[in-house]
Amino acid sequence: MPKWQGQFVKIDDYHWKIPQTYKEGMRVPGLIYASEEMLESIGEEQTPEQVANVAFLPGIVNFSMAMPDMHWGYGFPIGGVAAMSVKDGVISPGGVGYDINCGVRLLRTNLNEAEVRLKINQLLGELFANVPSGLGSQGKIRVSQKEMRELMIDGAHWAVKHGFGSKEDLDATEEGGRMKNADPGRVSDKAVKRGMPQAGTLGSGNHFLEVQIVKEIFEPQIAKAMGIEAVGQILVLIHTGSRGFGHQVCTDHLRVMEEAVSRYGIKLPDRQLACAPIDSKEGRDYLAAMACAANYAWCNRQCIVHWVRESFSKVFAKTPEDLGMRQIYDVAHNIAKIEEHKVEGQKLKVCVHRKGATRAFPPGHEDIPQRYKEIGQPVFIPGDMGRCSFIAVGTQKAMEESFGSTCHGAGRILSRHAARRSLRGKDVAQDLERRGITIKTGNTPSLAEEASQAYKDVTEVIEVCHQAGISKKVVRATPLGVIKG
Amino acid sequence: MSQALGIVRIAMAYAAIKLPSLYNRLSVVKRAFEVTDHTADVGIIAYGANIRQLFSNAALALSSLITEPENIKEKINRHVEIISEDRDSLLVEWLNELIYLFDAEHILFKRFNIENLRGNQLRAICYGENLDPLRHKINMGVKAATYHMLKINRASDGYEVQIIFDV
Repeated sequence: MPKWQGQFVKIDDYHWKIPQTYKEGMRVPGLIYASEEMLESIGEEQTPEQVANVAFLPGIVNFSMAMPDMHWGYGFPIGGVAAMSVKDGVISPGGVGYDINCGVRLLRTNLNEAEVRLKINQLLGELFANVPSGLGSQGKIRVSQKEMRELMIDGAHWAVKHGFGSKEDLDATEEGGRMKNADPGRVSDKAVKRGMPQAGTLGSGNHFLEVQIVKEIFEPQIAKAMGIEAVGQILVLIHTGSRGFGHQVCTDHLRVMEEAVSRYGIKLPDRQLACAPIDSKEGRDYLAAMACAANYAWCNRQCIVHWVRESFSKVFAKTPEDLGMRQIYDVAHNIAKIEEHKVEGQKLKVCVHRKGATRAFPPGHEDIPQRYKEIGQPVFIPGDMGRCSFIAVGTQKAMEESFGSTCHGAGRILSRHAARRSLRGKDVAQDLERRGITIKTGNTPSLAEEASQAYKDVTEVIEVCHQAGISKKVVRATPLGVIKG
Repeated sequence: MSQALGIVRIAMAYAAIKLPSLYNRLSVVKRAFEVTDHTADVGIIAYGANIRQLFSNAALALSSLITEPENIKEKINRHVEIISEDRDSLLVEWLNELIYLFDAEHILFKRFNIENLRGNQLRAICYGENLDPLRHKINMGVKAATYHMLKINRASDGYEVQIIFDV
């Protein structure tokens, strides 16, 4: 892949612009969140070109943005944020991605490092047995066609109704764990068939379940509001999405949009950016199907959280309540949402595409739970399995500048293929073990793809977001045990 | 001479479909496909002396991302028919159909008989077997074939195409 030939124009140390004049057809400039050191690696690939391409989409407002964990995707860059005016803008399934509502959910516990380290092998064994994971993994829950329809409409509520978790979990989930415009009638039989056996599974690839240790608390008051009180406290992070169901929804609707593009007279620099007006049959159909997939993902994480609690309960011989296993929050990082934002001083309804980016609403925002009204929306930024993860909160600056969005992870620097060529899964596992991190997986060779060397250092990513002001870092946590599918 | 070389290349590409393992052991001019680097995902470049072979080799490349095709036996077959907007999107939809069949029905394929491929229409019979976790090592899950940078190109001795898969 050739280097990107364009120029970044410096706005300040953490904001860089791709001028609208860079490419004919751009409707807005590009805005890149990065440090000067990061720019070189960003320009090694065509990621900035993809930022420029997104700026072609009709109705895009302010900027085509990319977060500091950006990397080369297909169509949209990973780490991309783009808001389109609902009145005259488009929705693009590629701006959400195939893994609709891929996201992260974080649990706190009353346990500390010493207690859990003693039993980590037993705990991981229990988690591995209880949470279906791996390629082609099939769920423990069996849903009928009728139940699948209910699940698409009710999301995490469906899971709670069937005994997985509590109402309190729903309050601590983006959208309350259910997008309201879901319409199963807009979902193909194929998607249903692909999704039914995979409900309640972790999956594979970069999805994981991680037992973490709180290592550093930057904002004690904010951390306390989340139930994080001390260094050494144990957290559990779940990262998964809508599995084959979401992939098929994206595939089906991309196909529809592919055909619609020319009918609506939209000119695109890349077919993967296929889109249709938000206010069109194709646009509405996609949003209704996307909501079904988002709900499926929330149901998925809701079931998994229940099995995580069961596993801890068995190993530590205490109830989940006694272990203080409360959900801190659940956020999506591949999604499109209709939101109200200020654009040029005026309130405007926009469709915010976040593809590998996390919503980061500020204190006081009406869409965040009451208990976080004062601190802002919690945001979880997982790093690679060998380094660390961060908890942050949304800010007013994010609201004003990035449509209430921040980064979502570390961002790959090495392709999966290159990682497999240079590393062996077995060595990666042994290296982690030496550093006190236990791994349990059904696919050891694939560990190479997820090794630290394959990712940017998430600390640099979070620092850029913190310095740019689009999220505030609160806690740093490191892995103690990891389940990889 | 160049004509003779061309025939050899075509024969080699044909062998690649019929005998992928033998083919890989030979030092050849051109492969049926190559796996390329893409930071977040995986790319392949498929080759074919004609369009039908190109589609067949792209499908074989997909199978090789998922597992080792030489371990797949021909026990069952599936008829696939697709009508698309144009030839480029036909290729994406063809591959997405195979991804669907693996993810939803757990069928692995190793041979693809493209019976008809005209304009934007395809009819094929795919040969393979149901996934047997004891015999088939699954290397990666493939979410979808994308339209990103997709273009079927005419090469000096046939066709080639790059496809990026989301994995």
